[in-house]
Amino acid sequence: MATIYVDNKPFEVDGADNLLRACLSLGLDVPYFCWHPALGSVGACRACAVKQYANADDKRGRLVMSCMTQSTDNTYISIDDAEAKAFRKSVLEWLMTNHPHDCPVCEEGGHCHLQDMTVMTGHNKRRYRFTKRTHLNQDLGPFINHEMNRCIACYRCVRYYGDYAGGDDLGVYGANNNLYFGRERDGVFNSEFSGNLIEVCPTGVFTDKTHSERYNRKWDMQFSPSVCQQCSVGCNTSPGERYGELRRIENRYHGEINHYFLCDRGRFGHGYVNRKDRPRQPFLRTSTSSNNSVLEILSAEEAVSKIGESLRPAFSQERVIGIGSPRASLEANYALRDLVGAQNFYGGIGEAELEHIRLVLSIMQSTAARTPALREMEKADAVFILGEDVTQTAPRIALALRQAVKTIAVDMAADLKIPDWQIAAVQHIGQREKSPLFVASYCATRLDDVAESTVHGAADDLARLGFAVAHAIDSDAPEVPGLSAEHAAVAQRIAQALLAAEKPLVVSGTGAASEAILHAAANIAGALSKKGKTPSLALCVPEVNSLGVAMLQADSVEAGLRALVNGKADALIVVENDLYRRAPAELVDGAFSHVSTVVVIDHQSTATSEKAKYILPAASFAEGDGTMVSMEGRAQRYFQLYQPDYYDPSSRIKESWRWLHAVHTSVDHREVSWTQFDEITQKCAEHIPALARIVEASPNASYRVKGLKIARAPRRYSGRTAMRANLSVHEPRASQDIDSALTFSMEGYVGPNEDASFVPFAWAPGWNSPQAWTKFQDEVGGHLRSGDAGIRLIEANTQSSGKYFSTIPAAFRADENSWQAVPLHHIFGSDELSARAGATEMMLEQPYIGLSPSDAQHLGVRDGVLLKVHNTVFNLSLAVRILEKLPAGLVGLPVGLTGMPHLPLNVPVKLHPGTGA
Amino acid sequence: MMNAAILKSADTHPLTWRLDHLGSQPLDLKTYESLEGFAALRKAIGDMSPTAVQLLVKDANLRGRGGAGFPAGVKWSLVPMGEDAPKQKYLICNADEMEPGTFKDRLLMELLPHQLVESMILVGYALQVSKAYIFLRGEYVVAAERLNRAIAEAKAAGYLSENILGSGWGMELHVHTGAGRYICGEETALINSLEGRRANPRAKPPFPQVAGLWGKPTVVNNVETLVNVPAIVVRGADWFKGLSRGKSADSGTKLYGVSGRAKRTGVWELPIGTTCRELLYEYAGGMQDGLELMCWLPGGASTDFLLPQHLDLAMDFDTIAKAGSRMGTGLITVVDNKQNIVSVVRNLEQFFSRESCGWCTPCRDGLPWSVKLLQAIERGEGQEGDIEVLEEMTHFLGPGKTFCALAPGAMEPLQSALKFFRGEFERGILRTEIQHEEGQQAS
Repeated sequence: MATIYVDNKPFEVDGADNLLRACLSLGLDVPYFCWHPALGSVGACRACAVKQYANADDKRGRLVMSCMTQSTDNTYISIDDAEAKAFRKSVLEWLMTNHPHDCPVCEEGGHCHLQDMTVMTGHNKRRYRFTKRTHLNQDLGPFINHEMNRCIACYRCVRYYGDYAGGDDLGVYGANNNLYFGRERDGVFNSEFSGNLIEVCPTGVFTDKTHSERYNRKWDMQFSPSVCQQCSVGCNTSPGERYGELRRIENRYHGEINHYFLCDRGRFGHGYVNRKDRPRQPFLRTSTSSNNSVLEILSAEEAVSKIGESLRPAFSQERVIGIGSPRASLEANYALRDLVGAQNFYGGIGEAELEHIRLVLSIMQSTAARTPALREMEKADAVFILGEDVTQTAPRIALALRQAVKTIAVDMAADLKIPDWQIAAVQHIGQREKSPLFVASYCATRLDDVAESTVHGAADDLARLGFAVAHAIDSDAPEVPGLSAEHAAVAQRIAQALLAAEKPLVVSGTGAASEAILHAAANIAGALSKKGKTPSLALCVPEVNSLGVAMLQADSVEAGLRALVNGKADALIVVENDLYRRAPAELVDGAFSHVSTVVVIDHQSTATSEKAKYILPAASFAEGDGTMVSMEGRAQRYFQLYQPDYYDPSSRIKESWRWLHAVHTSVDHREVSWTQFDEITQKCAEHIPALARIVEASPNASYRVKGLKIARAPRRYSGRTAMRANLSVHEPRASQDIDSALTFSMEGYVGPNEDASFVPFAWAPGWNSPQAWTKFQDEVGGHLRSGDAGIRLIEANTQSSGKYFSTIPAAFRADENSWQAVPLHHIFGSDELSARAGATEMMLEQPYIGLSPSDAQHLGVRDGVLLKVHNTVFNLSLAVRILEKLPAGLVGLPVGLTGMPHLPLNVPVKLHPGTGA
Repeated sequence: MMNAAILKSADTHPLTWRLDHLGSQPLDLKTYESLEGFAALRKAIGDMSPTAVQLLVKDANLRGRGGAGFPAGVKWSLVPMGEDAPKQKYLICNADEMEPGTFKDRLLMELLPHQLVESMILVGYALQVSKAYIFLRGEYVVAAERLNRAIAEAKAAGYLSENILGSGWGMELHVHTGAGRYICGEETALINSLEGRRANPRAKPPFPQVAGLWGKPTVVNNVETLVNVPAIVVRGADWFKGLSRGKSADSGTKLYGVSGRAKRTGVWELPIGTTCRELLYEYAGGMQDGLELMCWLPGGASTDFLLPQHLDLAMDFDTIAKAGSRMGTGLITVVDNKQNIVSVVRNLEQFFSRESCGWCTPCRDGLPWSVKLLQAIERGEGQEGDIEVLEEMTHFLGPGKTFCALAPGAMEPLQSALKFFRGEFERGILRTEIQHEEGQQAS
């Protein structure tokens, strides 16, 4: 700690910090542009100048850049000094010489850091009277707008995109005041994290194109504290709504998980919420001629009582099967379980996948290794990724691992007494040195560029490598028989790197669809623990609530379908699930033919809902509350964003748990009750011991800040009295939220002064941009003052038995006539929802079959040629894609892409060239 | 270019005496060797430890000839030496001579390339570097060719090898030609450029001596600084200190020059501390007929103007600094009474504005504004308050407020011109009533 004096007031600060961060952490306002909490100091913009004095007696002082000056003990500075103020104002005046002042038509307006800083410095009169330089803009694809004329050359974009995120296609061109920040030519950014440019840019050069079409100001939106639904990482988001439409997703700060950044799937993959073809009313399918059916709209009460009536006989005999979903909340799944009974509840996860998720869960519960949050991953000084292609399955992890490889540069700089925030110096000292990161995968991954070495192979070979690493760390771990000399050497190197590290990290997951790989990853972490290290083990699971559903201990989709086929039930209720993505179509069809009534509750129209007799319109994350358990084992709550029937009175969208509970009351001949969110969560916590603590994930509906609920809308929210005028000139009472401590209104608590435990949007007086998060943190870039959201349900097991998995598979042998099908994941399209989301839909790839160059040559096929791939279960014709890094003997099949049926993976397949067409 | 009338010797003109032995081409290695060539290197490697060479140069008080005048020995003393020092260390010769009005390094490199090559090996030995680079201004194509030839000759003769003169130490020497940016003369921008990055300056610390090129200890010295070292090694520190012959507290000789409308522009090696009057009137023959000296820049575009009344000042680092300017490169530019000082300053600022790397705001966005203001004043279209904006800039683009010294350098001629010739600027300001109209049009 150090004492610094700011305008003669003493403050205790971290003496290793820079003055800018120290002052902002103290709550003092100092303007800045090039500095960013996640990007460090470079001293380019000069906006953060303060007056520094040599000592208490020095009255003259000199201007210093606070971002570049260490806050050592007995530092005397003044922010209010007249010269410092005049200089900072001048900096804004210079920046504005080429800025177009097009705020009224600029989409950044209202959450613009440049606007905030301009007001903060008091630059309000333009003396520059000459021409401004102009630029041509680029078409950057479906996600991001480019308007270079607004650029103030803070260099944040290139520093974020290149230095932080490892992207290679955004550069700065030109010199003097003729700088151009863009790509070499028009086109979509290569990086999976390009969307963060929108928030990193302090002004409107990069803006959200998904928001452009239906644009409105930040102050005119309602926000909610939300959790990203697009993978299992659990990044926090701040979705914004206007007129009953989800307008955009912004990052919501979480000190342990995503900090300031999201991946592009999370940021841009939200369009499914606004789809026109979503079910918005309850439907009854009436006509039953084989191909034609008519959907009849029902009122909510009608639907519930009809379903209750028609299912009552089946319920009375416990002959209703319920299939839940890993993309639905714990509450939805639990309500279904409660309705159909635990014995008839199936979790909605495919058989093979469920087996792996259960294994992940049991490893998490038994291992001595800690499951890290992203912040811990960023600090890992040696990383081994075994089998999981994180950039495609849990993308935000890849961005964290890109920070992990920089720890060595930070250490090298520290040896020269250069602090980590001197980021340019750290880079110049570190040069190309990287902390060790090893990737073992089926094929090339988007982290290979920062990997010390990469190994590609079949699942069993990757697992054997993993087992060998564990054995090399601890000789008590089972030895791998017949290991190749090459793999033995790599295993040695990986083992040494992990052992030499202070914070070794093993990353794996279900993405490789291999039990042996998960065993091997667990063994490595276990071996490190035995050797006295404190390793982290991050195991990715496929979906937002995969882990939570696994904790409900239900059986698989196939098991449920087989029960139906075997005549165990008369009715089926499916919640937020498209069974055709989970199980073979024949099995799903077969099961449907065995039941008289299928009820589907979903927010999307799917192949499954097309088979339903009753369709109930479910809330997506935008219309409902729910709890999810992330891969970290963190239970997090997301909150309803808007009330759909406020704008569209015909809408009957309700949370699945609410429908289910209503059906339950109807079946029981009780009066229909819609219950409250806290009740269902409480019940779930009481009945499922593993989930007992989910009630602590967030404050309940009775939470108040100074007696106030928390406002979803900013203070300046406009047009409320008129926005429904097309329906009725009588303004109804604002929607009431009985489920949470938030209001659908600007009435309620807004701002950073109270430790509001959940914050819908970043705003503080004078801070309208996402940089306002600074005001909510205990220290800048640290944790939220009231604690980061969510509650970890699983911690490292201190009583771990330390038992090793010992089933080591035999080495894979390529066979002349048979190939091994391996799963390949895609950030866009491998998950169900990004394939339905407008902007991300434009990025979808066509289904293909990946072949190694040697196999392609052997088969005499070129890129794009159709090839028949089949085994006993499936038979497909796909276009060949030659994958340089795919080992011979493997064929890569893309997971989940539209047009790809449900497939078993890591199974032998046969190929027939030329017969596919 | 040289004044042939002056007889030069190794004792009095350590940098240029060999020029008297020159034909139309630079010396070949043999001739260079016959003229004390590589004697210093042999002496250093034979008789002196690397640290002894460093101490000798420090003792000689050799101040950097690139413009800042920082003592070379002090700069070197920060380089880690000994067993624990990094194996990779670098010496870079800053030969990116782009200061307007400065052409001394060009002479040294085009005519005496072996002298620079020897100097670099010698300093390389003193710092025990593994590799050395000559970062050469791209337009100096003749120098590039001759330096490369000299390096090849030195290599063939064994002066550049893995084991130089049996010392057990060796280094490589490469010529790297720049792409023509003024900012590459700033040593950290030069390093960035050499690494293939944008030529933006780096923040210090870390100083290049600790973490420079490729993150390793690096010394960057100007051509003229480096070529002083061999003579110091051969003749000693006391001799070097005595070269200024009481004209200055500084040591050695200096390459001085004159450009502008003088009778005989050129460059001369003279004892450091020689007065400007002597330079201009004895060596350059005074102003051209019919012209009077209005003011002069002591050492490049980035130094403050001085007036005729300052002509008798000794041209050394401290004396010129006391008069409110800087000696800079020591090549003076004279401005005569027929020139418009506003145009002169506008021309200089246009140069600096163009050469701004674009990294920090005051330089990137302040300099172009200053150019536009000066152009308006030059056309007689200045507005009330314009001069005040310019004055504010001389303060806010000054030392410590910008990322590197480019903008503060750019402000030196502007602030001194405003100080000495404010009336010239005021003449370019429009009368109030017209100004009002203009103001409305512009907003």
